Amino acid sequence: MKGKALPKLFLIKNGDIIDPANGKRSPGSILLKNGRIDKIGKRISAPEAETYDANGKVVTHGFCDLHVHFREPGREDKETLASGANAALAGGFTEVCVMPNTDPPLDTPQSIRFIVEKGSGLPVKIHPIGAISSGQLGKELTELGAMTGEGAVAFSDDGIPVMDSGLMRQVLEYTIPLGVPVINHAEDLTLKLNGQMHEGTWSTRLGLAGIPDVSESIMVNRDLELTAMTGGRLHIPHVSSAKSVEWIRAAKEGGLNVTAEVTPHHLFFTDGSLHAYDTNCKVAPPIRSREDRQVLMDAVKDGTIDIIATDHAPHTIEEKEMPFDWAPCGIIGLESAFGAVWKVLGEAGMELEQVITTMTLNPRLAMGFEGNLFDNGREAEITILDPDEEWIFFQEHLYSKSRNSPFIGQNLKGRVKATISAGWLFKQ
Amino acid sequence: MGFLRDKHLLGLAETPKEDIELILQHASSFREVLDRPIKKVPTLQGKTVVNLFFEDSTRTRISFELAQKRLSADTVNFSAGRSSLKKGESFKDTARNIEAMKIDCIVMRHPVPGAHVHLINYVNSVVVNAGDGTHEHPTQGLLDMMSLLEVKGNLEGLKVALVGDIKHSRVARSNIHGLLTMGAEVMLCGPPNLMPVNIENLGVSMSYDIDEVLAWSDAVNVLRIQRERQGVSYIPSVREYRDLFGITHERVERLKEPITIMHPGPINRGVEIDSDVADSENAIILNQVLNGVAVRMAVLYLLLGDQPKAS
Ligand SMILES: [Zn+2]
Repeated sequence: MKGKALPKLFLIKNGDIIDPANGKRSPGSILLKNGRIDKIGKRISAPEAETYDANGKVVTHGFCDLHVHFREPGREDKETLASGANAALAGGFTEVCVMPNTDPPLDTPQSIRFIVEKGSGLPVKIHPIGAISSGQLGKELTELGAMTGEGAVAFSDDGIPVMDSGLMRQVLEYTIPLGVPVINHAEDLTLKLNGQMHEGTWSTRLGLAGIPDVSESIMVNRDLELTAMTGGRLHIPHVSSAKSVEWIRAAKEGGLNVTAEVTPHHLFFTDGSLHAYDTNCKVAPPIRSREDRQVLMDAVKDGTIDIIATDHAPHTIEEKEMPFDWAPCGIIGLESAFGAVWKVLGEAGMELEQVITTMTLNPRLAMGFEGNLFDNGREAEITILDPDEEWIFFQEHLYSKSRNSPFIGQNLKGRVKATISAGWLFKQ
Repeated sequence: MGFLRDKHLLGLAETPKEDIELILQHASSFREVLDRPIKKVPTLQGKTVVNLFFEDSTRTRISFELAQKRLSADTVNFSAGRSSLKKGESFKDTARNIEAMKIDCIVMRHPVPGAHVHLINYVNSVVVNAGDGTHEHPTQGLLDMMSLLEVKGNLEGLKVALVGDIKHSRVARSNIHGLLTMGAEVMLCGPPNLMPVNIENLGVSMSYDIDEVLAWSDAVNVLRIQRERQGVSYIPSVREYRDLFGITHERVERLKEPITIMHPGPINRGVEIDSDVADSENAIILNQVLNGVAVRMAVLYLLLGDQPKAS
């Protein structure tokens, strides 16, 4: 994406405007003045404005990804806040939350401040998620209050599950007055062991150690029970299995205030995609069966899963070229997110408005961010899409430092054409 | 070059019946060579084979090495411990460096399932899988079939039991695929916590009753048992394993018909199999070892030989 500063007056003309915050979809134009929303209407006349012809395109909120790994500090060879921001803009994201499993982890107020300060100069809003435990060791709570004060928007030991149920109870309780969600990477390690992929017919055939679906659902259920008991605020990341969906659905039906996300790769691939030991599909939690994938799609459709988050997790190509057991877990996903998700969910009969809501309003509400982006006077965060464009994803579409992705070579549907963020216009 | 459908031998799951038949036919011809006073043919003269072992396995390596020497190929052994590799160069670099020395074939043993699928992406040489983690060990599957064929005359309809730790067994997987392709019936027996999920989907049946399984079978292939794997204990005690799943003297005595006894080795005598059963006249364990050399000669010849196919 090429970026340029927005002119004083900028008119996005004749688009198909989707405003997820107000549940509205109508043709119209948006006038930006000094990078802020000035007017939204059917017909706007602004002869002195530079115009972007959005005819045939959808104009909506900038996407928000509440689960990315930008590897700074520590592994700047894989990603930095700046390179991650470029990948985000290419994917239509204007706001992201970075996970704390950096080196060292984001487990102190100082480290949170480092991210906030370093991220403030970038054209994407970057919010740090703080570690739950010191060193992500699962033993002692971090200074959750002071970290929230410095800008931590949630807490997670992501990458590493909180195995200790007592610690999980504590963090859910302790964060109540802080008003921020707790995000636990749900995988029971005593069931996962040295598992490499979803346990099923494919793992049996390939001889790869299996990770049973219940390694996730047992912990999801534990976390839901602890949330009900404590009144804490739980967000469940990267749901991968049908069994977890059942627990979440039941908890939501029971009135529990819980949110859940699914990744594009869990919606797009199945364990059969690993038939040739493709390490680009190696991820935690693992890509599961066809049946699980169907249940995940249904769960997005019925709102049990309310958010799509990429879990963008860059690794070097050299690491991914190792034999399967030795390759690291992680898939990048920012650049391919919308095209992947709209392809599978659109084909499954979901409405575009609903898919967009899972990538805009819902993640913002889950994190306590402002969701009403089309209010007059707000700094513009806008994504312009062609939902009908079918395209093949190639390495050249990547802006991440990571050059490997299982989406390379895949047919996607729907493409981000432009992203407006922080006074900048990025065009494809 | 090469007389098989595929350029490599990575596993029996993808090896067609015609190719298994061809390998077994050639193996029995090479078996005759091994009985001669001068056990050497010039078939692969000028070819270089590297035995790349990322995991120790003296038996398999010696068997391959002998096969290569009997065929007059030049052989080089390269052992790389997992830890040294992880610290140093990448797997891809190791593979490319070895191939840069102008070789024709890599025989690889690797602890990670599917490592050979990665290897063929990085090299042009012919690749033979000498065991990849808990995935496959195709030449073991072939030598087991060859040994069965010798005593039974036919694999079609033969009832073969595999007993032991199926979950972690590459020998089991190669046997399952090979035997099913050749029309045999396969039944698995072992502790339920060592049975891989959905294994029936591969086309086998399963029982936890060893006596029932032995009564059903024409031959039993007894897998080596390990109490512990990667820090996880799967078997409470050796004594209990022997009671529940051991191929004991008493169990074999009770059978109405004698059955063929096989073991891929090395044997834990008194654990998965009683000593006198392993040494009995129905046991073909040492034939398996000799046939291992013949099968590996056949595989190397069919993959590397450049003579025109005999019509
Ligand atoms: Zn995670």
